Amino acid sequence: MSDQLSTKHLLGIGELTPEDIELIFRTADGFKEVLSRPIKKVPSLRDITVANLFFENSTRTRISFELAEKRLSADIINFSSSSSSTKKGETLIDTVNNILAMKVDMVVMRHPDPGAAVFLSRHVEARIINAGDGTHAHPTQALLDAYSIRERLGKVKGVKVAIVGDILHSRVALSNIQCLRKLGAEVMLCGPTTLMPRHAASLGVRISHDLDEALRWCDVANMLRIQLERQGGDGVANFPTLREYAMLFGLDRRRYEAIGRDIVIMHPGPINRGVEITSDVADSGASIILDQVENGVAVRMAVLYLLAGGIDRSVRQ
Amino acid sequence: MQALTLLESTAFELTVQRLCHELIEDHGHLGSTALIGLQPRGVYFARRLKKELLKITGEEQITYGELDITFHRDDFRQRSVTAAPATTALNFSLDDRRVVLIDDVLFTGRSIRAGLDAMLSFGRPRSVELMVFIDRRFSRQLPIQADFVGRSVDSIDGQHVTVEWKESDGVDRVSLKQMPR
Repeated sequence: MSDQLSTKHLLGIGELTPEDIELIFRTADGFKEVLSRPIKKVPSLRDITVANLFFENSTRTRISFELAEKRLSADIINFSSSSSSTKKGETLIDTVNNILAMKVDMVVMRHPDPGAAVFLSRHVEARIINAGDGTHAHPTQALLDAYSIRERLGKVKGVKVAIVGDILHSRVALSNIQCLRKLGAEVMLCGPTTLMPRHAASLGVRISHDLDEALRWCDVANMLRIQLERQGGDGVANFPTLREYAMLFGLDRRRYEAIGRDIVIMHPGPINRGVEITSDVADSGASIILDQVENGVAVRMAVLYLLAGGIDRSVRQ
Repeated sequence: MQALTLLESTAFELTVQRLCHELIEDHGHLGSTALIGLQPRGVYFARRLKKELLKITGEEQITYGELDITFHRDDFRQRSVTAAPATTALNFSLDDRRVVLIDDVLFTGRSIRAGLDAMLSFGRPRSVELMVFIDRRFSRQLPIQADFVGRSVDSIDGQHVTVEWKESDGVDRVSLKQMPR
């Protein structure tokens, strides 16, 4: 078993090996225990400064990262684009280099453009963690989703996971598919054809346009959020009305009971209650939505800790 | 390189027994005592102690926990690899307890420092003592000494002391090895 990640940055799931993911999970187990202590803080990152750069709105990811950093005793800087010089026309590299000039070791970045994190990792001297770049990747969400499945079902290998909803606009879906496939799970995508990426089948997944069929097949249903803010970017609506979407692809009590056995319900949040999932299912015992949030902090602590482990004090600028 | 055996079989057993009796002599009734084994290697010693103490005292149970110190280490970034954590199993508060930290080998004292730091997340003990099976004297880098010592060993840099336990390694043995330069 390796004790070190094979990568310097976390840009996407693609560059992680299954051993890396296993190491992150084992480390997260340790942090989960730390988070259950009366004093939920360890000094591991005492000498590390982390910049949280959020060029796109985020509540839970930002809070989750911030909490993870604080629990590890890192110093942190928060930055959101609404209150910054990017509004004055500064480029991404300039913004980040200015922040790094103040001796920052790690950058956690959320950005609306796909590939922003990869781009940044090629041009600046810091460990980069991608906290979501456009419709491309959201690796920590995929890791915490797989971790939550492992926690609830005891394994990921061989588990059948249906990812339902707005696949087209979802970085969560893409990262989840990669992560689950690496760990040996089977994946089915389910959603209207208009919200399905054109080459989805090339990702090695099953595809369905019938929610009831997907629910009958799966052990875990991950109900994605309809990304209302990204719909109709090309001037075409992807579905007629939210009501129609909810009728065809929304998970409610009646549909859940028709499955006839227990499956695990997930949602990356924030929930559009009554659209992709109704409250009675989201708040039921089958749902691990709040476990996902809790595990998010432990998994992000593990990623920060393992990446920081490779930072050499002696060569730091 | 040949290993030099410092302690095994009967002598090893007797040392464990003596430490149990020293602890009972010092603490009397073990009601407020909490034994805490330090991960990764100290827990084998701690589990053995717990078993023997239960036998000697005839008590039903002894407050016992295991503590992982990985996240509290000070050599986190100096080591060539990042240490992956072991398990912490400590489901009681240390408030007002007489804590005995247990490790197999006391060397530089840095693990114990990290152990003290990690332990404080679980409450404020009345007192903290240190029990080690092997004390490598003259190797300390921090002002830390053990209260209960199984055997003191004078060794130099480049030597490595290994403690093996029947439960995990199949044999009770303390050996000294010269590490290749």
